[in-house]
Amino acid sequence: MYFKLKIWRQKSPEDKGGFQSYELDDVSPDMSFLEMIDVLNESLERKGGEPVHFDHDCREGICGTCGMFINGRPHGPQRGIATCQLHMRSFNDGDTITIEPWRARSFPVIKDLVVDRSAFDRIIQAGGFVSVSTGGVPDANEIPISTSIANEAMDAASCIGCGACVAACKNASAMLFVAAKISQLALLPQGKIEAKTRAENMVEQMDKEGFGTCTNTEACEAECPKEIGLVHIARMNREYYFAKQSSESLSEREKVHEG
Amino acid sequence: MNWLSQTLTSSLGKKLIMALTGLFLILFLTGHLLGNLQLLKDDGGQAFNEYAKFMTTTPVIKILSYLTYICIILHVIYSLILTIHNRKARPIKYAVSRQSENSVWTSRNMGILGTIVLLFLVIHLRSFWYEMHYGSIPTIEYEGGGQIKNLYQIVVEAFSQLWYVILYVVSMAALAFHLSHGFQSAFQTLGLRHQKYTPIIKSAGLLFAILVPALFALQPVYIYLKNL
Ligand code: HEM
Ligand code: SF4
Ligand code: FES
Repeated sequence: MYFKLKIWRQKSPEDKGGFQSYELDDVSPDMSFLEMIDVLNESLERKGGEPVHFDHDCREGICGTCGMFINGRPHGPQRGIATCQLHMRSFNDGDTITIEPWRARSFPVIKDLVVDRSAFDRIIQAGGFVSVSTGGVPDANEIPISTSIANEAMDAASCIGCGACVAACKNASAMLFVAAKISQLALLPQGKIEAKTRAENMVEQMDKEGFGTCTNTEACEAECPKEIGLVHIARMNREYYFAKQSSESLSEREKVHEG
Repeated sequence: MNWLSQTLTSSLGKKLIMALTGLFLILFLTGHLLGNLQLLKDDGGQAFNEYAKFMTTTPVIKILSYLTYICIILHVIYSLILTIHNRKARPIKYAVSRQSENSVWTSRNMGILGTIVLLFLVIHLRSFWYEMHYGSIPTIEYEGGGQIKNLYQIVVEAFSQLWYVILYVVSMAALAFHLSHGFQSAFQTLGLRHQKYTPIIKSAGLLFAILVPALFALQPVYIYLKNL
């Protein structure tokens, strides 16, 4: 197959960057999208050029590092997959393919298609955990959890932190990611203990990072490689509103007033 | 910061205000429509004028109308704050973007649709609300009642102008699209989502979004045609 590629090239975070056009012939339809970029990079290196930088690790849709905005959509035209699971047969011979990095104030470009997603890490650090001392492996079914709750929590836990939700959203909102991370713990007994502070702290950190707010366009749900849904955003909202009006977290000044 | 103001200034707090004011405005629209339907009565405007008097003099209604003003102002201010914030969250736009493949048009254009509704509101309030409260409206006497303001006459005069009728129809179309997303969106924002009820909310929202603006638009069209 033959493709014309328009790829965003940017030397450094400070560089202005711009699109570069490349042509690639003899691409196998069975190649993955990342393999196609590998082939391009090999030819660029052979000519003494700088290869296109992009994030990748597992190449099987579980690590969440790969992420490219391909022809106007995160992870390309197919639903329910990450960029590494996309194959060239999803395109037509002779297509022009435009490849851009995720665009969001909170995801600054490091180089070419690589963006800094540490904002997600800081949100997790703010509350995306349960504080338990690890001991021996507990017995199965020691804590009863219904199948439907377990499944729902598992659905939320399948978030790989790729950032496609932010990339897809017209507001660059991170609410689907944050909601998935709040949901997966809020649903389970072990997570309930810290549910209030978790919701408060993670939302606060999300706001600090400068992500946009949700207009319920549902674009995130449509583009999420793990097909995580808006039910989790509704749950996050409930968790947050409930936590805010009933939690014990008050500023020092307010505590003094309480006396 | 105090916990309450901290909540209301957070991203989810601002959304909460959007959703609550939006839902209140939906209730307001329902009430307003029921009153306006009096215009369709063929009684020379008596029922409508009595309704207008009731609306401007009853204490409970007055409180409700102040609430409505507050909700409109808050809804507009917060929509501006959110829209500006959301634009800043993506300083560099995509060169190629195919949003139509992952979301519906109305959900992405609430700001534009709302702005059309706002422009309409300004003209609409100037023509009727301002006249009723501060203008000099001719009065009319009905049997059994004293002299009351004849707002009906003002309405009929306004609706005899073609541009006014067109403004109404276009604005009500914008409101219909605004509500086709907004109605169910407000429930989602409040976290009121459930497999059993969300489909009902979505259908009811769509029905409301079509029926209510259509009935609002029917009034000027009806009066215009009647007076041709
Ligand atoms: C009677 C008139 C109106 C009604 C009934 C109404 C109703 C609603 C509802 C129910 C929502 C959904 C809230 C949510 O997603 O949680 C909404 C959103 C919105 N409205 Fe209105 N609205 C009205 C007028 C306006 C006006 C005049 C504007 C102004 C400029 C406006 C701008 C917006 C915007 C921008 C949103 C989306 C906010 C977001 O989700 O980020 N609306 N409206
Ligand atoms: S919610 Fe989906 S799109 Fe967003 S980071 Fe997680 S896996 Fe990626
Ligand atoms: S490389 Fe790991 S998800 Fe794509």
